[in-house]
Amino acid sequence: MNQWKNFTKGFIKENPVFVLLLGMCPTLGVTSSAINGLGMGLATTFVLVMSNIVVSLVKKGIPDKVRIPAFIVIIAAFVTVVQLLMQAYVPALFKSLGLFIPLIVVNCIVLGRAEAFASKNKVGSSAIDGLGIGLGFTFALVLLGSIREILGSGKLFNITLYSENYVTLLFVLAPGAFIVLGYLIAIINRIKKN
Amino acid sequence: MSYFVIVLGAILVNNIVLMQFLGICPFLGVSKRISTAVGMAGAVAFVMTLATIVTYLIQYYILEKFGLAFLQTIAFILVIASLVQLVEIILKKVSPPLYQALGIFLPLITTNCAILGVAILTVQKEFNLLEGVVYAISNAIGFGLALTIFAGIREHLDLQDVPKGLKGTPIALITAGILAMAFMGFSGLV
Repeated sequence: MNQWKNFTKGFIKENPVFVLLLGMCPTLGVTSSAINGLGMGLATTFVLVMSNIVVSLVKKGIPDKVRIPAFIVIIAAFVTVVQLLMQAYVPALFKSLGLFIPLIVVNCIVLGRAEAFASKNKVGSSAIDGLGIGLGFTFALVLLGSIREILGSGKLFNITLYSENYVTLLFVLAPGAFIVLGYLIAIINRIKKN
Repeated sequence: MSYFVIVLGAILVNNIVLMQFLGICPFLGVSKRISTAVGMAGAVAFVMTLATIVTYLIQYYILEKFGLAFLQTIAFILVIASLVQLVEIILKKVSPPLYQALGIFLPLITTNCAILGVAILTVQKEFNLLEGVVYAISNAIGFGLALTIFAGIREHLDLQDVPKGLKGTPIALITAGILAMAFMGFSGLV
């Protein structure tokens, strides 16, 4: 397969959030600001790339019947690595992402790529596939986080854009997440049709 | 902490789906009919309570005792995955009609973040075992409540004249947003 296409498919055509509707919990849960979205996206990307590499390396040694539990153990190991690294080096971000870091392990995107791609392809393309899908996920999270942060707190990446007197607080709260994502998916559907 | 506060908090104020964003996949995926929504809610309630008890025991009697707390994520997800398998096997033998109703949902539950989320939250909030069980059951009720209400609305939504671009997922998400707004009204309760 063409490696460039393999890399870029995650952004629009097979975007895990907007098109495949996977990994909705972290997508909605952490995107109250752009920086949280970025942190979550990159953490997931790391897990995705590493688990894809390992799964594609050991795929021949795993009996078919126990492959799903085996994949989950591999993923959980890398999630633990991310968890400990973030706790040590970016404690503030780790705290604001909270529960959603250990929950990367049940993010359907990660297991989905391991099962659908890495268990059938070579190490190189699996790594690129993980990176592409991961960055597509990050892109979606940052986009959603930016919109919510601009509308809900008048800031972008903590830089004030307009006075707090004019913000609509609803958008950084729970309902705003659902509503903004709903309209974003409608817009993406429209773009894809043309 | 009083049990009343735990129950009310988990069902209404911090509703697991609408306020904490856990278990969104089944919330969007199996909410097209009320009957399937109730089935899913039942399966989740069962596994969530069982998983919380087992992970609680593992956390305090194995992981912390031997200084292995950093293995929490791996241990919990393995326990939940095997528990789901076990429930599936037992249900198949004991109650075939129930297995017919819940069977397709059970594999999905392994990757339902609400189960793992509640198990981890129980440890984080430092509940004792009984509080943990009450917390798990309340969260399961909250999940069922949100799922059933949402399924009821979506059944009606099918008959409405929705703008073409918003059909399907977009309108479902916006509906969920309005539902979440309604649940925000409970926020002063506890």
